[in-house]
Amino acid sequence: MEDDKAGRYVLPGDFLGSGEYKSWANAIKIGDKFYATRVGVLEMGEDRIRVIPMSGPYIPKLGDVVIGKVIEVMPVAWTLDINSFFNAFLPAQHAFRSFDPERDELSNKFKLGDLILASIAKVERGRDSMLSLDGEGLGKIEEGEVFRISQVKVPRLIGKKGSMVQKIEELTGAQIFVGQNGIIVAKGPPESITKVKRAIEIVETMAHMSGLTDKMGDLLR
Amino acid sequence: MMNLIDEGGKRLDGRSFDQLRPFSMQAGLLKSASGSAYIEQGGNKILVGVYGPRDSRSRYGTNQDKAVLRCRYHMLPFSTEERKSPQPSRREIEISKVIRDALEPALLLEEFPRSVIDIYIEVLQSDGGSRGASITAASIALADAGIPMKDLVSAVAVGKVNGHLVLDLSDTEDKEGEVDLPIAVMLNSGLITLMQMDGKLSEDEFRQAIDLAMAGAKELREAQRKALVQKYFKEVDS
Repeated sequence: MEDDKAGRYVLPGDFLGSGEYKSWANAIKIGDKFYATRVGVLEMGEDRIRVIPMSGPYIPKLGDVVIGKVIEVMPVAWTLDINSFFNAFLPAQHAFRSFDPERDELSNKFKLGDLILASIAKVERGRDSMLSLDGEGLGKIEEGEVFRISQVKVPRLIGKKGSMVQKIEELTGAQIFVGQNGIIVAKGPPESITKVKRAIEIVETMAHMSGLTDKMGDLLR
Repeated sequence: MMNLIDEGGKRLDGRSFDQLRPFSMQAGLLKSASGSAYIEQGGNKILVGVYGPRDSRSRYGTNQDKAVLRCRYHMLPFSTEERKSPQPSRREIEISKVIRDALEPALLLEEFPRSVIDIYIEVLQSDGGSRGASITAASIALADAGIPMKDLVSAVAVGKVNGHLVLDLSDTEDKEGEVDLPIAVMLNSGLITLMQMDGKLSEDEFRQAIDLAMAGAKELREAQRKALVQKYFKEVDS
């Protein structure tokens, strides 16, 4: 595994290459040499070098749509568990038309334990991130079955322009919400839910397989 | 003194001086943990689970600038010949601390300010050198959990029995021998993150002991890598 080739598998501490790279991710620079810091696949560009990780926690990114669970109702905001190493805040203004703390009671809108589809509006180092409900379809998820998937496999579950998730919805007849943070909620009759569970397992274990979207139909049968 | 080396220059278990005990490692076998690993090395059977980085739920014991690493080394009651009380002993508390200190230099904890990372080490069966085996396994589990790290940490003990320097002490060699010198190392940079010593060595012997440990650590590191490759890339290739 000593070749300089991009696309190869790397482990923490593996030598990636040396030279003038302007940016790097999941790698560390010692002298002019770069070493991987995560298990993943190496990607090299003109002046950048990065490892696409194959495991690890969800790190909030601006604009990500996530599914969070309300774990605290405060006077002017909700705290949500977003399956990350930080919780996230959802300010009350996002849920009420013109929010007045004296008039509006937050728990009338979202209660403890509610699942909410929201987008990440602000990320700050060392602080809990801020959520927003501005966007199509964002808000409380009324019902459904909750599943989890490793966050690094979410892009595979969504597929190109949502093709995979659409395909699974088509095949199972369930409605599926996927959060970038690896939380999935599926809504539908019990037999659909069973199928969705299978489909998620298939993506989780066979994420590397090419053309998985087309094969999903056969695999689910 | 107990005779630990026979006329043929072999140790009690038939190993040569620079030979490790048989070992095997496995990555990612616990579903609910963020990362996990299992190691067998000689009579050691050790399971490691890593949880986190996660929200600490309380301000106490957290750091605004980086994640806090917590480590618990624990021996199960049936891990020893005589039942061991499940309460953490003085020895276990010390080993938890040295393992934590041996792993921390390898981790890039600044990426997760205010959070905590927990390492739980359960010794199912114990033999000599369990702290080394724990570090080796914990390192795999941390990589499995996706915690960014500069390098894997590999650990092994070197000792002196009947006047000979030997690699990877068994329990008897540890107890009856003259010197026990556990070492943990990040092989890329050659940085040593753990070194403890019982007994006495001359400067010359000490240098030789370090070389011996490095060779042993190298072999273990290959196995650590294999365990991770097995989990992450085996299915990709097939």
